[in-house]
Amino acid sequence: MRAVDALSFDVGAGEIFGLVGPDGAGKTTTLRMLAGILPPDSGTAIIAGVDVVREPERAKHMLSYMPQRFGLYEELSVDENIRFYADLFGVPPDERNQRAMQLLRAAGLSEYRSRFAGQLSGGMKQKLGLVCALIHRPKVVLLDEPTTGVDPVSRRDFWRILYELLAEGVAILTSTAYLDEAERCHRVALLHHGKLLFCDEPARLKANMTKSVIVIRSADPRHLRSTLEGFSGISSLVLHGDGVRIVVDDAALRIPEFRTKLKGANVSFDWIDVVEPAIEDIFVDVVSAKGTSHG
Amino acid sequence: MVETAANAVVIENLLKRFGTFVAVDRISLQVRMGEVFGFLGPNGAGKSTTIRMLCGLLRPTGGRATVAGYDVSHRPEQVRQHIGYMSQKFSLYNDLTVIENIRLFAGLYSVARNELHSRVAWALEMAGLEGQQTLITGTLPGGWKQRLALGCAVLHRPPIIFLDEPTSGVDPVSRRRFWELIHQMAEEGVTVFVTTHYMEEAEYCNRLALIDRGKIVSLGTPTELKQDAMRGELLLLECAPLGPALDAVHSLPDVHDAAVFGNALHLVVKNVEAAGPHLRSHLEAKGITISRIERIRPSLEDVFVSLTTERGRQQERES
Repeated sequence: MRAVDALSFDVGAGEIFGLVGPDGAGKTTTLRMLAGILPPDSGTAIIAGVDVVREPERAKHMLSYMPQRFGLYEELSVDENIRFYADLFGVPPDERNQRAMQLLRAAGLSEYRSRFAGQLSGGMKQKLGLVCALIHRPKVVLLDEPTTGVDPVSRRDFWRILYELLAEGVAILTSTAYLDEAERCHRVALLHHGKLLFCDEPARLKANMTKSVIVIRSADPRHLRSTLEGFSGISSLVLHGDGVRIVVDDAALRIPEFRTKLKGANVSFDWIDVVEPAIEDIFVDVVSAKGTSHG
Repeated sequence: MVETAANAVVIENLLKRFGTFVAVDRISLQVRMGEVFGFLGPNGAGKSTTIRMLCGLLRPTGGRATVAGYDVSHRPEQVRQHIGYMSQKFSLYNDLTVIENIRLFAGLYSVARNELHSRVAWALEMAGLEGQQTLITGTLPGGWKQRLALGCAVLHRPPIIFLDEPTSGVDPVSRRRFWELIHQMAEEGVTVFVTTHYMEEAEYCNRLALIDRGKIVSLGTPTELKQDAMRGELLLLECAPLGPALDAVHSLPDVHDAAVFGNALHLVVKNVEAAGPHLRSHLEAKGITISRIERIRPSLEDVFVSLTTERGRQQERES
């Protein structure tokens, strides 16, 4: 099995690069190879000028890798966890305090320095993991689905820290299962069966989508959906709680046509309009076209 | 509040205290039969406590709740027989095969012997796992496991199912397929009560309640929440450099909230027309160039963050 198949891409200093893809696409394998934990069968990876394959130890000082389950010591306090990672990475004592204060403030954790890590909420744990992972000022940050299980308010804090890092010229590569997060990246790459299906800025991906996305709001979305199933021009349809989201070949043509046909079928709806495609629409469109072995 | 047969869940002034801490603060709501109802809130808002009370696992301190017509305080056993429960961390046995998991749950839920064969076959078909029954559960992809967990949770045909972040961490294609199943069940009259803080999941619900610090702060369809619940309007601001721009807008009194999205900021302001020119002059005076400024439609996440942080600020002012 080729988990990652002749993959090539680059991430610039000061860039947030998002890696998205279905389960088993090769996201974690890619990150582990870049972190120097898993040797690749072939090819090279350069992190901050250091060849990860040849000099993994030297590369490790330039990078930080935060796996899905970051190793925090639950019975240690917030400060003690930070000190542990600062020791591990050999951060000089006079530097670590200032760095820790800055990161804790950005994470909104300044008031919790003496609390046991095990007593933090899920979102706070995740932010503490990030603080620990950044204590040695890495040039490259590799994050594997860092915000899984984190609520939107903590997620915003988390992203604010990432954006602050960019100002320091750090390069960030993050995988995510949440495509609204991909919207926050400078560039997004879709990985599927170990290969890149697209890699571009979110705005350009949207501009290049040849199909259009239409939303129809209705008090009875199920009835609306079953009526729409017979219509032509629809390549995908998602049933939402108060309407449907459909991908069509040509919105200018289909909106008036659907209006007339729905009226003729006596199906009432509140609103129909074209909306900006989300990365999720593009993702599903591209992956469905390729076909999945599971889904 | 009249309790009718059309309501699958009725909650009236439900209260739960742990010592002096009020986890759930006199909430009231009804969920109709066949409805997909979303219960949203940040970590620690009181979601899990509410669910545990509704599942008959935790006794309320005050108020009342009925599930499938049974009072959760007085008839917890009946409540548990009439519900299904599935969470992201659903306890499928990873070292058992697919079919062994299904049989195990059929046993736990006392599925009748004469129905067993057809229910097991139904669960396999629903999960899209026909022909895969001898696979070890732990080796299945996330989306498959999710559907298997759902199949196991509804083997006993409960009229109400509780889903706790059912598709968190699942890719969009699998997530769409999962929600197709949920809507099919709802169409057959099953009531679905979803707790989540993932806005992608919230979009699939017919109605949503947003809970924060034990209280319901908003209730309505996803569209209603996006239209009415925002404390102000949403503004997209494309500008550079972003960091200083973010600091600069935070100091403005009419900006309620600001967040970075790619190369732009999303700002919550009282009124876009009033704030626009002011914002422009304020930022340009600080050497920030603005390339685009326009009003945009809020997402559910914008609503969520706006409402929960606004209440946080209010509480800080009050205390």
